[in-house]
Amino acid sequence: MADQSVAQNANELRDAALGLAEKAAKLADSLASGASDAAGTAAVAVQGSGVSPTVLGLTVFVLACFVGYYVVWKVTPALHSPLMAVTNAISSVIIVGALLAAGPVEMNFSKMMGFIAVVLASVNIFGGFIVAQRMLHMFKKKK
Amino acid sequence: MSENLSAFLYLVASVCFILSLRGLSSPESARTGNILGMVGMAIAIFTTLASPAVLSYTTIIVGILIGGAIGTVIALKIQMTALPQLVAAFHSLVGLAAVFVAGAALYSPGAYGIGTAGNIGAASLIEMGLGVAIGAITFTGSLIAFGKLQGIVSGTPVRFKGQHMLNLAIGIAIVVFGVILVVTESHTAFWILVALALVLGVTLIIPIGGADMPVVVSMLNSYSGWAACGIGFTLQNSALIITGALVGASGAILSYIMCKGMNRSIFNVIFGGFGAEGEAAAGAGGDGDRSVKSGSADDASFIMKNASSVIIVPGYGMAVAQAQHALREMADILKAEGVKVRYAIHPVAGRMPGHMNVLLAEASVPYDDVLEMEEINRDFGSADVAFVIGANDITNPAAKTDPASPIFGMPILEVEKAKTVLFVKRGMSAGYAGIQNELFFKDNTMMLFGDAKKMCEEIVMHLDN
Repeated sequence: MADQSVAQNANELRDAALGLAEKAAKLADSLASGASDAAGTAAVAVQGSGVSPTVLGLTVFVLACFVGYYVVWKVTPALHSPLMAVTNAISSVIIVGALLAAGPVEMNFSKMMGFIAVVLASVNIFGGFIVAQRMLHMFKKKK
Repeated sequence: MSENLSAFLYLVASVCFILSLRGLSSPESARTGNILGMVGMAIAIFTTLASPAVLSYTTIIVGILIGGAIGTVIALKIQMTALPQLVAAFHSLVGLAAVFVAGAALYSPGAYGIGTAGNIGAASLIEMGLGVAIGAITFTGSLIAFGKLQGIVSGTPVRFKGQHMLNLAIGIAIVVFGVILVVTESHTAFWILVALALVLGVTLIIPIGGADMPVVVSMLNSYSGWAACGIGFTLQNSALIITGALVGASGAILSYIMCKGMNRSIFNVIFGGFGAEGEAAAGAGGDGDRSVKSGSADDASFIMKNASSVIIVPGYGMAVAQAQHALREMADILKAEGVKVRYAIHPVAGRMPGHMNVLLAEASVPYDDVLEMEEINRDFGSADVAFVIGANDITNPAAKTDPASPIFGMPILEVEKAKTVLFVKRGMSAGYAGIQNELFFKDNTMMLFGDAKKMCEEIVMHLDN
């Protein structure tokens, strides 16, 4: 009999322990979700109280257009050909998007497209900068 | 690498790009500027490679090696006279790359953090549609421009009835499929959009003539920038947006300068220009009976040797004949004789902005001898000789005097004010605008008929004696 009561006690104890564990898990869950909620709120706050990335992008874009306008008018007309070569090379910064597409491990359609874009943009980057450098080397001062 | 750090590094790259364009304000600072551009590009690439989204490097390294090798070889081998078609070809690559990047973003949006397949945000889809449409137009448009400049496609404008209506219809269809893409995220709509934009690139550029290519090349330069911008918005990457805006602004300004150099609006260049009217004018102005004074290399060398100031006006004909080296030799001898020699460059001389400057620089002409139109135009009055080589319309006084002329209002180099005008030309054919040049029949003009390079070499020979 004594054996039986010990076993029963043990069972009760185990049940209680299980219930406690369940409660702890629930508490942890709610804590975690609370934390992630807070993180979400914080993220929104960081983005300027709900301003969409498109609008932020537009801000950057418009300001960059003004910078481009003033910088390019300052370029001497004699160097307009090198200017085209350089702008051509830097517009290939689009390679950033190509690298992200070619980055994943598994091979699929989008990785193939990324690979082709990497090749095309690299032709431009190397070609554009080198041809610009060749041109610029030819512009000499009067001796 | 944390997102903040990479965003910061992209900013550094963008600043490098801005400074590289800033460097081009003078030939002294230009080389440093170009190096800064390379540094900026390296920063942008390594930042991306270090981002957690990039896990496999083999494909990327192979791609960069293949592309880099091709680009390097082409850039080292290309002749400077072929520069315009090279730039056009490069633009087409940027356009195509934009199409592929947009495609990759559509098929696996997760890699770019713009949602999951089937659940891409509307804003991202709009930006993607814009980027891919501009990219596709840039691709085929540049290919046609390349073909025209290289002589694979005929340089004469291709026009047919209802051309503008067709372009408009394609344009509307592109917008319609763009809307379908945004609403349904349908891959089919995406590819139809690409196909339509590819066709539009062709139909937009084929009606534009060979000598209008400076405008077209600058315009496509601008487009390649806007395409990069569109992709930058999709990826929410500031480096792409900033750089795209810089390139877009640069191309737009160059197009504006070129159009102003021809006194035409950009719409006039794109939607039909000289071609049709030009033929009519050529037919009407067939007054070939008037006499011109023609001279030999001997006469030319005598006149120039005894001059105190000579202004050389080069045009596309000089580039075609590869006459720049012989021309520089001629100028060197004259300078040794104590003659003041300078070069006058019209904004639209040649087939791309600044084309003549590069060719003269290639022939080791010091850049301080080469002057822009505004700087030198008043000096023609005090010059003894204006030596026009391979240029025509840009010297035609009809642009100032004859309101009926198709080029009326175009700024010209006022060569007729010089005491003697020497005109190196193969024959009496009219220039690109299809109109006769009054200058040929003036008393102080002497025509030097022959190939530009041979003529310069003969003059050099006579000067040496």
